[in-house]
Amino acid sequence: MTAETVESIVDETRTIIEDPSYPMARRWLEEHPGGKVLGHFQVYFPEELAHAAGVLPLKVAGFDTALPIRKADAHLAAFVCSIARSALELVMSGTFDLLDMFVFPPICDVARHSCAVWARNFEDVDCQIIYLPHNAASPAAVPYLTGEYRRILREIEEVASTRVSDEALRRSIDVFNENRRLLRELYRIKRDTPWNLSAVEAYILTRAAGVMPREQHNDILRRALAAIERRDAKPQDRIKVVFSGGFCEQPPLDLISVLQDACYIVDDDFMVGLRWILEDVAADGDPLEALADAYLNHSDYSPVQHDPRKPKEDMLLHKIEAAGAEAAIIAAAKMCEPGLEEQVGYSQRLYDVGIPHLVMEFEEKSNTFEQTRMEVETFAESLLFEFA
Amino acid sequence: MTSPTKHERRIVIRPPLSLAGTTRDENRTLIRDWWADLDAAENEGRPVANVFVMGSMAEILRTFDMPISFPEMTSLQTAVRGRSLEYITTAEDAGYSPDICGYVKADVGVHLQGGDHPMGHLPKPSLVVATNLCNTYIKWGEIWERMYECPVFVFDIPGWRGSGFETKKGSGTFRDDVRYVEAQIHELIALAEEVTGRRFDIDEFRETLGHVNELSRLFQEVLELNQHRPAPFNALTEGINLMGIVNAYRGSPKGTHFLETAKAEFEERIANGVGAVPDERFRLLLVGTACYSNFRDFAGLFEDWQGVFAHSDYMSFAGGALDRGIVYDLDRPFESMAEQMVLSTQEAMGGMFWGQDWLTEVVRDWDVDGIVFHGVKSCRTVSTGLPDEREWLLRHRDIPGLFIQSDLVDPRLWSEAQLKNRIDAFFESLESRRAAGARR
Ligand code: SF4
Ligand code: SF4
Repeated sequence: MTAETVESIVDETRTIIEDPSYPMARRWLEEHPGGKVLGHFQVYFPEELAHAAGVLPLKVAGFDTALPIRKADAHLAAFVCSIARSALELVMSGTFDLLDMFVFPPICDVARHSCAVWARNFEDVDCQIIYLPHNAASPAAVPYLTGEYRRILREIEEVASTRVSDEALRRSIDVFNENRRLLRELYRIKRDTPWNLSAVEAYILTRAAGVMPREQHNDILRRALAAIERRDAKPQDRIKVVFSGGFCEQPPLDLISVLQDACYIVDDDFMVGLRWILEDVAADGDPLEALADAYLNHSDYSPVQHDPRKPKEDMLLHKIEAAGAEAAIIAAAKMCEPGLEEQVGYSQRLYDVGIPHLVMEFEEKSNTFEQTRMEVETFAESLLFEFA
Repeated sequence: MTSPTKHERRIVIRPPLSLAGTTRDENRTLIRDWWADLDAAENEGRPVANVFVMGSMAEILRTFDMPISFPEMTSLQTAVRGRSLEYITTAEDAGYSPDICGYVKADVGVHLQGGDHPMGHLPKPSLVVATNLCNTYIKWGEIWERMYECPVFVFDIPGWRGSGFETKKGSGTFRDDVRYVEAQIHELIALAEEVTGRRFDIDEFRETLGHVNELSRLFQEVLELNQHRPAPFNALTEGINLMGIVNAYRGSPKGTHFLETAKAEFEERIANGVGAVPDERFRLLLVGTACYSNFRDFAGLFEDWQGVFAHSDYMSFAGGALDRGIVYDLDRPFESMAEQMVLSTQEAMGGMFWGQDWLTEVVRDWDVDGIVFHGVKSCRTVSTGLPDEREWLLRHRDIPGLFIQSDLVDPRLWSEAQLKNRIDAFFESLESRRAAGARR
């Protein structure tokens, strides 16, 4: 039997993530009649809470042109980002009719409003805001967040008509620790040998975590890692860049593909919530407290969390250095207030320290990239020349 | 009535009122003094705090005798003075996107121009307190952090949680929220001690809390006066002046004195049958904010139809919930402040997202004919869900609403002909409703 290729695994996975009807979740429901589904909006949600209750957590990270917006626009102001529209459209159009509960984190005011819009329109769905702390460095943040996780867990228990034990939570933490370990390995390969794993492939493999049971995703990652191991591509003469700006709304896959044609994306913040926690969550002690502590104290950074211990420009510089990148792409989703504001700070700092960077905007629904292709090619070529 | 031409001003004979103009005059003096205080602090090298209207923490900062600058107010002032665009474009030239909050850009523009503001000189902040009540506050604070390396304290108040959420005083969630907020009060006090080099004085703190109690009581009384027909003040045009003072002088006896003046003037209007808008025909409720770069024109589009804004949600959220009745218990000041902050955040600020019940009550109690939802590109915090809220209120409560869009401070987004068409059509529909109601 011939061994599986990365290409075949990625193709199979791509079909799944590009289908707004969440086919793997439907299959899970067939296998678990009466099972409950919890959706959650970008950026981070402690999915272990749902998993421990036997509820399927699914991530809503927007959709490209595969999901035309027909109904959602009438419910939101004109100057709102695309992901908020496509998330609403998913449910309003009936495409994503699986939800029993949906949770928004308070990442921005569009997300907070969205919770109210959803709650007014989808009375059968328990729509919640999980108030992740904005004063992340406060000594009171961990105890507070532990309480907030407990509140959300009670909501989940009610939706699923069950009680969740600490043991069940610990088992779920194990599953997600494993997932985060595998994702870290995927990212390590992309960073150290980007010729063996393209940005698009890594993106597809990562994003799939949000649309299927996590055990199945762990299997896919294990298969993919084994297949990548067998690859032995030759490095090409391309600059290495870090992509920043994919923490919430996602650039279309075709855009990532245009970028990777010109450079190696050795690190990024695509779907950063899935990789938010940087180390294994402790398996002993109070599991909710361990999750809260991990979220606050052993985690990545993003424009939607202010933490004086993690000045964002410093974090970005560190990321660029750790990845051995020569340059950065500083992107933001159109109409995304926090992303657009952060872009200025990042760009100023990179300018000050002399790291070349390309500033750009994107939208999940764009479908022409010729202009971007030209810009990124010119940018990459000028750098190749400079670094030659 | 046919559609009025641009801001026809009818000649109105009003009875002479002895208190006429007293609120306006006191407002001007207080705003001038506030600027002078900021100026003096800068010149004397005293630390200034930058804060925001939703959760200013004036209760704490005033205890340290720290002048507080409200960048939302100073940005608004650039627009009312007709100069916002010049600052906005300065910020855009420095890389800020056309698609972010115009208040932020107007302020950044002022700072990039060395603090030169049409009404004075904007000092550098020594401390920033940004609540999470608007997420842009936090991003704005980070901009000053980069410019001036000043500490940014994000004061986090857990808010409205979603379907079926009610703030229940005895609940575990309420206790957790209060504990978290109370801890942050102590953290902020420690930071303010460090920045100012002064010791915290609990007696001054109690005194400040007492003034806020008084301010809140008076503010509620003033708002209630507008339940009267005709409404003695326009929550749009005069409301903005009230909001400026209750924010800038929150916790100071000057703030309460100002509201006493306003109350007396409005009561005199009521006693003499004088309304804010002559021959009031329509009573409106504003949801969102006004357009300050074209403020007179914005107000005129409604006044032309003899429409008065009897209330606005702006007077609720932008007053840090003074309208909901803040009562601090001076015997347990920290805990009580934390409780009130949680309560007011979840009720008043939650109302920005989940506003339909409060809006229904206002429509009933202020006898409102229709709601004007004004979405502004600058502010996703107030605007994102307005079309949905409008539609919900019409469908479930039969409350008519108009949704229009422009901006707070960016005159490039003002399109008067388009707005006028929609506003005229709205008033015509209110007239038809009225006629149909009379026939029934
Ligand atoms: S893209 Fe930006 S504005 Fe839109 S929901 Fe995400 S963080 Fe909020
Ligand atoms: S987004 Fe709205 S509330 Fe926030 S700072 Fe801008 S105008 Fe103020």
